[in-house]
Amino acid sequence: MTVTLFIPCYIDLFYPRVGMAMVRILEKLGHKIVCPESPACCGQPAFNTGYWDESRALAVKVLDQLKDAEVVVIPSGSCGAMIKVFYPVLFAGSPQETLAKEVSGKCYEFAQFLVDKLGVTDLGAKFPHRVTYHDGCHSLREMNIYEAPRKLLQHVAGLELVEMRQIVCCGFGGTFSAKFPAISTAMGEVKCDLAAETNAEYIVSSDSSCLMHIQGLIDRQRRKLKTIHLAEVLASDL
Amino acid sequence: MSTAAAKFKKDVRRVTADLHHRRIINTALDGYAVKRDQKKSLFQDWAGARRLAAATKYEAINGLDRCLEQFVRGLEARGAKVHWASTGQQACEIIVDILKRRNARSVVKSKAMTAEEIHLNAALERAGLDVVETDLGEFIVQLRDEPPYHIVFPAMHLTRGEIQETFRKRLGDAPSDNPEELTMVARRVLRQKYIQADAGITGANFAVADVGLISLTENEGNARLTGALPKTMITLVGIEKVIPRLEDLALFLPMLATVGAGQLISGYNTLYGGPRQPGEPDGPEEYHVVLLDNNRTRLLADAEKRDTLHCIRCGSCLNVCPIFRNIGGHSYGTTYCGPIGAVLTPVLKGLEEWKHLPYASSLCGACTEACPVAIDLHHHLLEHRRAAASAKPSWWQKLAFKLFAPVAASKLLWALVTKSGRIGQKLHPIVLGTRLDPAYVWTHTRDLPPIAKTTFKEWWRRTRS
Amino acid sequence: MVEENPVMTERENILSRIRDALRVPARRPLGMTETPLPKPEDHRRVLPKVGPSESDRISLFAANAEELRARFVVLPSIEALETEMRSIRDAEGWTRIASHRGEMTDIVCAKLGVPVLLTDGGYDKNELEACQAGVTECDALIAQTGSVLVSSRSSGGRALTVLPPHHIVLARHSQLVADLPEAMALVRKKYHPNYPSMISIITGPSRTGDIERILVLGAHGPKKLTILLI
Repeated sequence: MTVTLFIPCYIDLFYPRVGMAMVRILEKLGHKIVCPESPACCGQPAFNTGYWDESRALAVKVLDQLKDAEVVVIPSGSCGAMIKVFYPVLFAGSPQETLAKEVSGKCYEFAQFLVDKLGVTDLGAKFPHRVTYHDGCHSLREMNIYEAPRKLLQHVAGLELVEMRQIVCCGFGGTFSAKFPAISTAMGEVKCDLAAETNAEYIVSSDSSCLMHIQGLIDRQRRKLKTIHLAEVLASDL
Repeated sequence: MSTAAAKFKKDVRRVTADLHHRRIINTALDGYAVKRDQKKSLFQDWAGARRLAAATKYEAINGLDRCLEQFVRGLEARGAKVHWASTGQQACEIIVDILKRRNARSVVKSKAMTAEEIHLNAALERAGLDVVETDLGEFIVQLRDEPPYHIVFPAMHLTRGEIQETFRKRLGDAPSDNPEELTMVARRVLRQKYIQADAGITGANFAVADVGLISLTENEGNARLTGALPKTMITLVGIEKVIPRLEDLALFLPMLATVGAGQLISGYNTLYGGPRQPGEPDGPEEYHVVLLDNNRTRLLADAEKRDTLHCIRCGSCLNVCPIFRNIGGHSYGTTYCGPIGAVLTPVLKGLEEWKHLPYASSLCGACTEACPVAIDLHHHLLEHRRAAASAKPSWWQKLAFKLFAPVAASKLLWALVTKSGRIGQKLHPIVLGTRLDPAYVWTHTRDLPPIAKTTFKEWWRRTRS
Repeated sequence: MVEENPVMTERENILSRIRDALRVPARRPLGMTETPLPKPEDHRRVLPKVGPSESDRISLFAANAEELRARFVVLPSIEALETEMRSIRDAEGWTRIASHRGEMTDIVCAKLGVPVLLTDGGYDKNELEACQAGVTECDALIAQTGSVLVSSRSSGGRALTVLPPHHIVLARHSQLVADLPEAMALVRKKYHPNYPSMISIITGPSRTGDIERILVLGAHGPKKLTILLI
């Protein structure tokens, strides 16, 4: 099929390799990739901060770019949730309400797309490391994604997956990380401690926004941990 | 920034840096989680129980006028006197009047968050009454002149050594720091208080509408004694505590205990319906029930957030909240803390003064997932943010978001942002870590990733278009 | 001119605010389109399972009682009950206990040879406080939770089942119900519409975990709970 990508702003700027990995994987599976030039952002920061009019101004343009898509895939549970779950809320009672629901219906997070839509779990990847998996909160609780990334990791050659003792928010929370940095940092440290307990080399996640915060702490505190996006693990032998 | 917000930020900075304090709270909550999960697994269908509980509270709250009228009829038929208080101040006045009329001097009180909410103890003390908290945790924090730390576990932040010290200072009696011995000190002190008290004041967990009975949950037996011995008994109950029928307790009592404390059912679940009835050996001569509104009707009128009134005050949202776990209960600076507190307080006490609470969340949704009556807590935090931004927008944030939209929507402007961002990052080290650093809120504790040499859009344009 | 009744006014204020508020409907939770009030079988289906037979109920009650640190003894006859009571009396060195008039309590207390304060017609609080044990009957035992259901009408008032440091419950096999739904049905059947002013579901001795989550028994209520089933 023709897959329309939506690339979140932080993946575009900081983690383009995640997007590239996703493209390689989907093309290897035989799909045609389309990527709108813009917008660069789904409008979540404004939405989460309570500025819904300003968020709508941007989101309406995103809807316009995605309205003709066959299917939309996003390498992020956070932006995925914005488009899939919150666009219908944002546009409720507005002229774009129907369109928002339509786009929501054909929107997938990357792991969810592979496993639930395409039925693919084995990509022939190889990643001989001990890893632990971080569930981004939007992925987990807004998009109800838990099994899909784990099924994918199960089929990666040489990979050993160890779960953290607790599932808990990493503390990024978008603008929260800037508004309440002390709390955000404390939560991030708890996450790093939980990961360190597993003796994993890598923290894998479907959410680069979470990983940006966690890696930022790891680098500052010189912890012995690395972070990597799920797509990069899965593309590691392509 | 409001006074409450400034105090919040200060307390948060202090507690997040206090690793010892955070460890105590996390250890306590990890222990609770094990017991909670064990008891949850005893239910044949916890998710099903949650649906039934949510449906039941929906019916009660959306028929609140009928439920309250039915509830009051049942109570009055047994000789209980029912009072209606629109505000906390009215409720305090009503209670003080009752106690004065009954010539009461000493009062024993069982744990009631509603009483905390209206600052009842302070009102009673101003009226010259002697009030003693009988719940052990509340007794301890009362001795320390502290508010309760958590809506279910008032003293969870204290070590045995701190409690021993408090008993030594305030009671002159603290043989050791052994929890059993300390508890026996409290038992001895309070036993006489129950017997001598002129009045007992309780809260309520549920107001059972069809039979006109209050339901009160506890483990220690202090509420049982508060309601058994004194000649006057008063129950303060928020109007939202209604459940439709006696039968509904079969579901709510075990659910409350399971997620509230990791027990299948609490030690004493007691129904009170009136003063001593003819033929009964004991019980109060007078029983008063004070129904409290205090802006609950305001919350009721907000249909989007009305389900907040379904809350059964179990505390499970606090227990799973990573913000609560890292800032502790006192940092919130108000009666109700944790996620439920962040949703309730702006409505009960004003959005402008308390909007920082809904913003102090990563919106992780663990609270909503944990709530036994399925209140949409984390989405209500979003709704509060929308209301706050609408009522009193921050001019620079509004401007920033306004400008961001066309920039993010324009291929050209975004490319410009990318290029100037790279230049900015080259210059960043000059101000990095100083107060001039525009990214100080991030870089104070975290490194920033570099903008990639080739962004995704640049790569896509180069290789695919 | 009608005198304004301030109590009526506040009641009407609150009720009218409620009615105004409820003019706007609220969404149902969890995407439900209807919210019928659950029936007892709905509750039963989600609550912890209780086996169908009487022996299931007895084993479940016994297991719960043990976890709760309540003492549960099944006795074959009234005579065995009297023997058990005498041995508790001797083990604890009773000099004065409290009880109430009742079919089983009458028999048991008469043979104890210890002064018994009966609460039925009223009593002195300080005298009750001096009693070492309270012996009562009950409305029911609940297997699902290991609980004892008492009331101010069936069990000697409000204080008898909570003030003395040892609470002893005398119950009959026929009083052991399976679960909480059955217990609530029993309360309604036995008492409606004239409910006693206090009904209590007692589960284990008094307890607290308020100090570092360490379990301590006998916080304010009884330190010991003994349930004797005949």
